[in-house]
Amino acid sequence: MSDNQPYDTIIIGAGMSGLAAGIRLAHYDQRVCILERHYTIGGLNSFYRVNGRNYDVGLHAVTNFTQKGTKKGPLARILRQLRFKYDDFALAPQKGSRIAFPDHELRFSNELDLLRSEVKKVFPGQVDNFEALVAKIADYDDLDQAAFEISGRQVLSDTISDPLLIEMILCPLMWYGNAAEHDMAWGQFCIMFRSIFLEGFARPYKGVRLILKHLVKRFRGLGGELKLRKGVKTIHVENEQAVCVELDNGEQLTGKRILSSAGRLETMRMCSDTSELDPRLAGQLTFIESISVLDREPSSIGNDDTIVFYNDSEKFHWERPADELCDTRTGVVCSPNNYVYADEEGQLADGVVRITTIADYDRWAGLSEEEYQREKLRWYDRSVAASVKYTPDFRPYVIDTDLFTPTTINRFTWHDNGAVYGSPDKVLDGRTHLNNLFLCGTDQGFVGIIGAMMSGISMANMHCLRG
Amino acid sequence: MAPEQIKNVILDILTDIAPDEDLTDLKDEVNFRDQLELDSMDFLDIVMELRKRYKVNVPEQDYPELASMFSTVNYLTPKMVDCVAS
Ligand SMILES: Cc1cc2nc3c(=O)[nH]c(=O)nc-3n(C[C@H](O)[C@H](O)[C@H](O)COP(=O)(O)OP(=O)(O)OC[C@H]3O[C@@H](n4cnc5c(N)ncnc54)[C@H](O)[C@@H]3O)c2cc1C
Repeated sequence: MSDNQPYDTIIIGAGMSGLAAGIRLAHYDQRVCILERHYTIGGLNSFYRVNGRNYDVGLHAVTNFTQKGTKKGPLARILRQLRFKYDDFALAPQKGSRIAFPDHELRFSNELDLLRSEVKKVFPGQVDNFEALVAKIADYDDLDQAAFEISGRQVLSDTISDPLLIEMILCPLMWYGNAAEHDMAWGQFCIMFRSIFLEGFARPYKGVRLILKHLVKRFRGLGGELKLRKGVKTIHVENEQAVCVELDNGEQLTGKRILSSAGRLETMRMCSDTSELDPRLAGQLTFIESISVLDREPSSIGNDDTIVFYNDSEKFHWERPADELCDTRTGVVCSPNNYVYADEEGQLADGVVRITTIADYDRWAGLSEEEYQREKLRWYDRSVAASVKYTPDFRPYVIDTDLFTPTTINRFTWHDNGAVYGSPDKVLDGRTHLNNLFLCGTDQGFVGIIGAMMSGISMANMHCLRG
Repeated sequence: MAPEQIKNVILDILTDIAPDEDLTDLKDEVNFRDQLELDSMDFLDIVMELRKRYKVNVPEQDYPELASMFSTVNYLTPKMVDCVAS
């Protein structure tokens, strides 16, 4: 041990939630250390460079976007809690997005009125029901665990009588934040509805690295320690207390408490006192992401959508693929060029289209290296072919491609099954079987960039700063 | 520390918590909550900043005392007599 003095808090993981929690604790003078197994920060929302180009891992859209000066909502809250200025994140708002089903589409933007008018146009009989749904969402109380758990589909079918509208509303909300298959908890539904339809989408011109750069700079500036390539192998438990963490290299560090963003099952597995783990806690939903670099801007071929959520039939299928590596019936098309960037920033260097498709971890993980390379090419083609029924065909203009898979996600974030939204069973209070070990991030319940930061902040406040 | 200095301390903390907020028209008698839309997390932050900067402890049952600038300064005056302005 390099130093005998224990940390006030040890944080596992330098993703959005761990960094945000770290800033809170370091700001209040705690001795805090973030341990990250990867050689870089960001976790599920990191960035990388291939063939001389910068890519974001996860960033399609920063959700929960509200205008400067807005005081309510998660974005304003995060900025205040982390002492950032609104302009620090340099968020450029979306142009506009779409939910595309066969023969029906709903456009939406950062103004709810557009979606309202689309519902009126496409589902004239549902106008009052849609307003009733919005009212129920406004009434939903975030802290009510019992209300959180009820079936979102149940509330929806009690409120809206056209099943197609229900499926169309669920499609983007599940895509951007539902860890469970088929149905969505009512609480999660409300959180996602607010973050997408009542608030909105934005993106920093420089992508996720801008946000991460601010987080890490602030954390270090406050005296926080960040150790990269330092994975936690074991959390040693004595008398129902976490006493120290042992790193992959055998080094041991002691902390009065531990806050883990590695995931629920993943964290339990690290504890020296746990023998049996419930495999049902592992998330099953994961994706491939097919990234195409174009020789022109998407708008020049008639694509002005920021995000398109598509589905090929009247029923939206949110489930692990039944018998193939991927399921292309539904997907998301993101065109990062289609944000309203500030004049001084101009347009991105390249035209880019990103397609997200549901994938099966086990099948991808079971491939030989040769098969894996072949399947990557095959599924790039198939996922893109499925998407161009809902967005102008960009294939003739592609100059470079990249594709990452569930195994890539697992390899760089250590989340079981490469599950992007973690376990279907969330622990809203962040507690574990040990009184000084807590969870934050994905498996605590808030997902997405803003959600994960909110989670880190609230768990730090609740468990590490009181008393 | 005198009441006027304590007021400046609170303004300083509020500026820190909400840098985009314009505090010039803040009214002493009106609740912060009605003027600034601070939520419970922000209130906790005022308490924690006081502890961090001046080692002043505000127990949970006293949180209502921090409703407005007027009540906050009143409440803190006896607690902060020995504090030195930074
Ligand atoms: C393809 C894709 C697209 C996405 N698109 C969007 C989007 O457009 N908008 C949006 O808001 N969100 C998006 N997300 C979701 C968002 O990225 C995540 O919800 C969020 O980043 C989760 O943050 P976290 O801190 O909870 O978890 P993580 O980022 O997973 O952080 C956990 C960290 O812990 C580290 N770790 C794990 N085990 C150990 C160990 N034993 N020791 C040390 N460190 C360990 C991991 O390496 C990781 O860095 C997307 C995600 C993906 C994968």
